[in-house]
Amino acid sequence: MTVKTVTMPQLGESVTEGTISQWLINVGDSIEKYQPLLEVMTDKVNAEVPALYSGEIVELLATEDQTVNVGTPLCLIKTFEKQEEVAVSAPSEVVKESETTEEKPEQSSMKKRYSPAVLTLAHEHGINLDTIKGTGLAGRITRKDIQNYLNTNQVTTTEVTESEAHNTEQANQEMGIYTNQSTKREIPVTGIRKAIATNMVRAKTEIPHAWMMIEVDVTDLVSYRNAEKDKFKEEEGYNLSYFAFFLNAVAKALKKFPELNSSWQGDKIVQHKDINLSVAVGNETELYVPVIHHVDEKSIKGIAKEVNELAYKAKHGKLTQKDMEGGTFTVNNTGTFGSVQSMGVINYPQAAILQVESIVKKPVIINDMFAARDMVNLCLSLDHRVLDGVICGRFMSHVKEILENISGKTTPIY
Amino acid sequence: MPVLTYIEAINLAMKEEMARDDRVFILGEDVGKRGGVFRATEGLYEQFGEQRVIDTPLAESAIAGVGIGAAMYGMIPIAEIQFADFILPAVNQIISEAAKLRYRSNNDWSCPITIRAPYGGGVHGALYHSQSMEAIFANQPGLKIVMPSNPTDAKGLLKAAIRDPDPVLFFEHKRAYRLLKEDVPENDDIIPLGQANLVREGTDITVISYGLTLHFAKEAAEELKNEHGIESHILDLRTVYPLDQTAIIKAAQKTGKVILITEDNLEGSIISEVSAIIGENCLFDLDAPIKRIAGPNVPAMPYAPSLEKAFMVSQEKIKQAMLDLALF
Repeated sequence: MTVKTVTMPQLGESVTEGTISQWLINVGDSIEKYQPLLEVMTDKVNAEVPALYSGEIVELLATEDQTVNVGTPLCLIKTFEKQEEVAVSAPSEVVKESETTEEKPEQSSMKKRYSPAVLTLAHEHGINLDTIKGTGLAGRITRKDIQNYLNTNQVTTTEVTESEAHNTEQANQEMGIYTNQSTKREIPVTGIRKAIATNMVRAKTEIPHAWMMIEVDVTDLVSYRNAEKDKFKEEEGYNLSYFAFFLNAVAKALKKFPELNSSWQGDKIVQHKDINLSVAVGNETELYVPVIHHVDEKSIKGIAKEVNELAYKAKHGKLTQKDMEGGTFTVNNTGTFGSVQSMGVINYPQAAILQVESIVKKPVIINDMFAARDMVNLCLSLDHRVLDGVICGRFMSHVKEILENISGKTTPIY
Repeated sequence: MPVLTYIEAINLAMKEEMARDDRVFILGEDVGKRGGVFRATEGLYEQFGEQRVIDTPLAESAIAGVGIGAAMYGMIPIAEIQFADFILPAVNQIISEAAKLRYRSNNDWSCPITIRAPYGGGVHGALYHSQSMEAIFANQPGLKIVMPSNPTDAKGLLKAAIRDPDPVLFFEHKRAYRLLKEDVPENDDIIPLGQANLVREGTDITVISYGLTLHFAKEAAEELKNEHGIESHILDLRTVYPLDQTAIIKAAQKTGKVILITEDNLEGSIISEVSAIIGENCLFDLDAPIKRIAGPNVPAMPYAPSLEKAFMVSQEKIKQAMLDLALF
């Protein structure tokens, strides 16, 4: 049981006082929350002041026709609501404060509305704004509040920081670690980096990855491509890349083994009819996976052209949401940075990712004779919920077969 | 130090400058024998004669034009426009000729004219005797616009304006003429143009204004200090064009809560430009939205006393706005 004070509310922006025109209750009355207590007249409005608590009227502190300032106590209500311990007879400052907050819930939101000056100061001095009491309008933290806080807390803050720094240093010394502030650089994780991180964690934690690798003899592909590349560049203005041939081969193989062109969706496996290949395009700090749609319907030239366009867009930050959507399988050109073997992380929610490694000239035994051949490793990561070794082995063999038989006859550029 | 009214300080400034330099002369309507309708030139005709205090016809374009010609010829004219409201016929002379002369002649010619004009309302002057005209001229590089807020400034700034080698518009609030009086130092000090003046230091709110409203702000600040312990930081622009950006930025940064006051209509006023300067430079120092107090966007000052009161930026309105901002 507590005694609550009802105060004169602010009934308008510039209103500082109000005249009590009529009391609507008497001492001893039982009242319900929101029941009108009195009528107030100001130079702006006439209004009823409602009760904020249920309870019993203990005392009226102002009389009819009396003009009182905003915030002046009007009456005391004995409530039966549970409250922090408050003296029954003497409503203290604490009571008033808690009441003010309760009275104006819509205004108390100002406490979290920070001005640029407040945010700047809080950031500069590492202040937790939740710990500061605002003295501004509706509890707003003002710049002056921060300045006052800094003035009074300066000494303690410095001490804390020093002792903390000391502790850390000591701990590091114990662990034999040498640290120096200037040897570290903190890079905030934002935007693309954050998205990459989230996707990678999701893929690696949700998908049970399995791996396999095959070796492919692409000697014919290399000679075919080398024979055509200069003419192609001259005519089309961009490079005839090996990657286009690999994408072409993967698309053909996916057509034959649609099991790999699918995704795990909890209670079902969805197989995609479209063959849309995601290709990883990166720069020093960011990784994008734009999509080449309907690769199975495109010529080598068409694929090379799109790869070229997407790489340009990625480099200049011009990729659109449309460029990134709809991928069903990913082919990653890890060979461009010299890798010969890698284990890709599946591009969620796809079922597999194929890594095309570097083409390397190697001694190979053919018909019991050594021969110098252009060899490439293809590495496949697969979602073991969707796929098993057998189907993937067949898929990889098919890719290998296509690649090893590439020539002007089987794979025209146009 | 003698106690002078605002208009006595202006009269004294002209008198001293005319005594100091023979080239200084006055022209305007009723400035001679009559001593000006507000008595700003009182006694000067008697002291310096009709050759140096010249009554002109009722033709503002001619007052400005003759003054500009004389200035180009080596004289130092002080032209009086009887009411700032009547300056409009002279705008072509002032903007097209005076303001651009130095630029247009590649620095060969200059135009050291001072054009004085009483502005402002609150004197039951209605439409043609109450307007604030400064905004019209405040985007014309080549011009300077000076608007003093007290007798000492009026004297020092007018002397600086007269000595300035380029055209200066000098707007005097007609209600300040006899309302404001104070000790004015008996010296030849000039107050440099283009520099704002910090008239009061405080930590709660920053008030930036000029002219009569600056005086009201000072009075309101004193009341707020006594009644609420609110400390106001007050900057007097003094020269409203071109503005003292450094001082404005510094003053705004001091408290982060800025209130700007003019008697002119709100939109496109001097304080709009001040607000832009603060907005561009002080984002991370601002603790509250920049508040502008100005006349309403209504064509003219009404004549009815009740409406004139509603229109005018009064000390009460200024005080309330300052209090609200301090409590924000």
